[in-house]
Amino acid sequence: MANILALIETTSTGGLKSSAAGLIGAAAQLGTPVAVLAATPGAGAASVAELGRLGAAKVYIAEGDGVGRVLTRPQLEALAGAVEAHGPAAVLVSNSNESRGVAGRLAVRVGGAVAAEAVGVRADGGRIIAVHSVFGGDYTTESTIEGGLPIITLRPGSIEERAEAAIPEVSTVTLVLAAGPAANIVELREAPAETGRPALRGAAKVVSGGRGLGAKDNFALVEQLADALGAAVGASRAAVDAGFVPQSHQVGQTGVAVSPQLYVALGISGAIQHRAGMQTSKTIVAINKDEDAPIFEVADFGIVGDVFTVVPQLVEAIKARQLAAV
Amino acid sequence: MKIVVLVKEVPDTYEARKLDSSGMLARTASELVPDEINERALESALRYQDAHKGTEVVVLSMGPESTVKTLRKMLSMGADSAVLVEDSSLAGADLVRTSAVLAAAVQREGFDLIVAGNESTDGRGGLVPAMVAEHLGLPLLPSLDTLEITAESVSGSCAIDGGTLVVNAALPAVVSVTERSAEARFPNFKGIMKAKKKPLAKISLADLGLSPEPGARSTVTAAVERPVRAAGTKIVDEGQAAQELADFLAANRLI
Ligand SMILES: Cc1cc2nc3c(=O)[nH]c(=O)nc-3n(C[C@H](O)[C@H](O)[C@H](O)COP(=O)(O)OP(=O)(O)OC[C@H]3O[C@@H](n4cnc5c(N)ncnc54)[C@H](O)[C@@H]3O)c2cc1C
Ligand SMILES: Cc1cc2nc3c(=O)[nH]c(=O)nc-3n(C[C@H](O)[C@H](O)[C@H](O)COP(=O)(O)OP(=O)(O)OC[C@H]3O[C@@H](n4cnc5c(N)ncnc54)[C@H](O)[C@@H]3O)c2cc1C
Repeated sequence: MANILALIETTSTGGLKSSAAGLIGAAAQLGTPVAVLAATPGAGAASVAELGRLGAAKVYIAEGDGVGRVLTRPQLEALAGAVEAHGPAAVLVSNSNESRGVAGRLAVRVGGAVAAEAVGVRADGGRIIAVHSVFGGDYTTESTIEGGLPIITLRPGSIEERAEAAIPEVSTVTLVLAAGPAANIVELREAPAETGRPALRGAAKVVSGGRGLGAKDNFALVEQLADALGAAVGASRAAVDAGFVPQSHQVGQTGVAVSPQLYVALGISGAIQHRAGMQTSKTIVAINKDEDAPIFEVADFGIVGDVFTVVPQLVEAIKARQLAAV
Repeated sequence: MKIVVLVKEVPDTYEARKLDSSGMLARTASELVPDEINERALESALRYQDAHKGTEVVVLSMGPESTVKTLRKMLSMGADSAVLVEDSSLAGADLVRTSAVLAAAVQREGFDLIVAGNESTDGRGGLVPAMVAEHLGLPLLPSLDTLEITAESVSGSCAIDGGTLVVNAALPAVVSVTERSAEARFPNFKGIMKAKKKPLAKISLADLGLSPEPGARSTVTAAVERPVRAAGTKIVDEGQAAQELADFLAANRLI
């Protein structure tokens, strides 16, 4: 089977980011997963066992001082080195702010082309097909790369397939960054550790709040319902702009695209750009006091009502059922 | 200081957007507008210009003839001049092609700083800035929520999984900004009148010395429209709605 490279993202302490499982899982759909890792000197070996557990058959580690201090270039050099060493049939990179630039630069460097923001991959005879969800899920498209190395960026949280654990064959090389212009990492400000709630990307249930919540303090209502359902918390752009929640919670065209089993929209009008991030959800519930709000056009169950009245009652009703069930 | 802002014309996100049967954007299906993110990119450049007289701001786009309208809007906001790369062989250009053309065009124009959007609202590749930077051998500060420009350098912050990166680079450099960055100004009447007289150059692939044959490329093999969602239930709350919703969730095994 052909080698498929997966660029692994690491934390500031060298641990694996949550994207690793999906990247290796997708690589296994196409061939032999090769995990590629840029690490500070001596730090790469610590990740090998975990990468094996996630299904990496091979691990290519490039170690050098620039990692964590220079943006993009260490990962680019690691990946370019791995392309030489492993002659892959495709390269997979997370479509995240930190990694996607590596994919773009690699395409220019090696004369490849890019399938952007794929939500799935498959091999079709000799071709590699990327599946995309475009225009806010209005279309599902498939694309392929002709005439060069396929480089695919994957939407974080979109790949459900997981690879079988393996005992990886490891190669470690020294990463040398040529002198030249670079983007420097001055500082990493770590976000406060997430609460016990599920992450928005890939969550099975999402409860989102909009401008209708009126104030930051009232957003607790969204969190209470999310906790009763075991759901992740999302928001509209208006709620983010108003400072109710950080931008990482934004659902929509320019935020996260989610496709959960259950999506609950509270005090959200359902602007087309918001729907672009949630309209492929399996079941959609909306509570809005305006009976003409466009969110009702996509809702499986809509309540014309006040969130401040309905949501507390709903939380009680859910808790009562959960108690009755045990 | 000379700042080139990369601008893409896109279908308005306030309307339904369509692909044709070959998976290409159906340009006639919706109104074409400057991408909101590029208005913010221009705003970042204009703020520097407001504070530093003598700064030149150029807007550059690759697109069909209709893109002139988008560029005129950017000129009316305050850009000094515009360049449109227009060539029939560029219809349906992919990321590789687009970034090679844009890199050649900015090089021809000359610059100290290139400002782009972090990702377009139609293609959403988010890769053009990095690919242009790679062609030019320059650093990219990607997806900046905040941006500070000085005569010698650029710096800013970029949200990543687990935190925020503070990054900097010496000029010349490329940056891309997010929708958390500078809110764009509206063109005023004076700006609109002045824009009509500002230079707008159209150049072709031949002017850039590029050949029409692309190398490796991405092609769409299938495009399927999502079926419309079946209409759901809508009830008015008269004290019973929360219970009915709980029943619905239970019946669908969601609680
Ligand atoms: C390029 C571009 C990209 C964008 N990207 C996104 C994106 O990613 N995500 C996004 O969400 N938006 C995005 N937008 C913005 C979008 O157009 C809307 O402005 C935004 O979604 C509105 O948020 P909202 O529904 O919370 O606010 P509003 O539209 O103000 O709606 C508030 C709703 O709350 C209801 N309400 C008020 N009080 C109550 C109450 N007590 N009980 C029940 N209901 C109540 C009101 O009836 C109203 O329907 C984008 C726009 C552009 C131009
Ligand atoms: C639905 C859809 C899916 C697509 N999928 C792919 C794909 O998988 N692979 C692929 O190679 N191509 C794809 N394309 C084509 C791709 O959108 C075009 O090549 C486009 O010109 C650049 O990519 P982008 O819009 O993703 O740019 P992004 O990288 O998202 O744009 C970021 C910034 O770069 C600048 N920029 C981008 N394009 C231009 C331009 N034409 N002129 C000036 N500045 C610009 C702007 O500042 C913009 O804000 C797709 C197009 C569509 C409509």
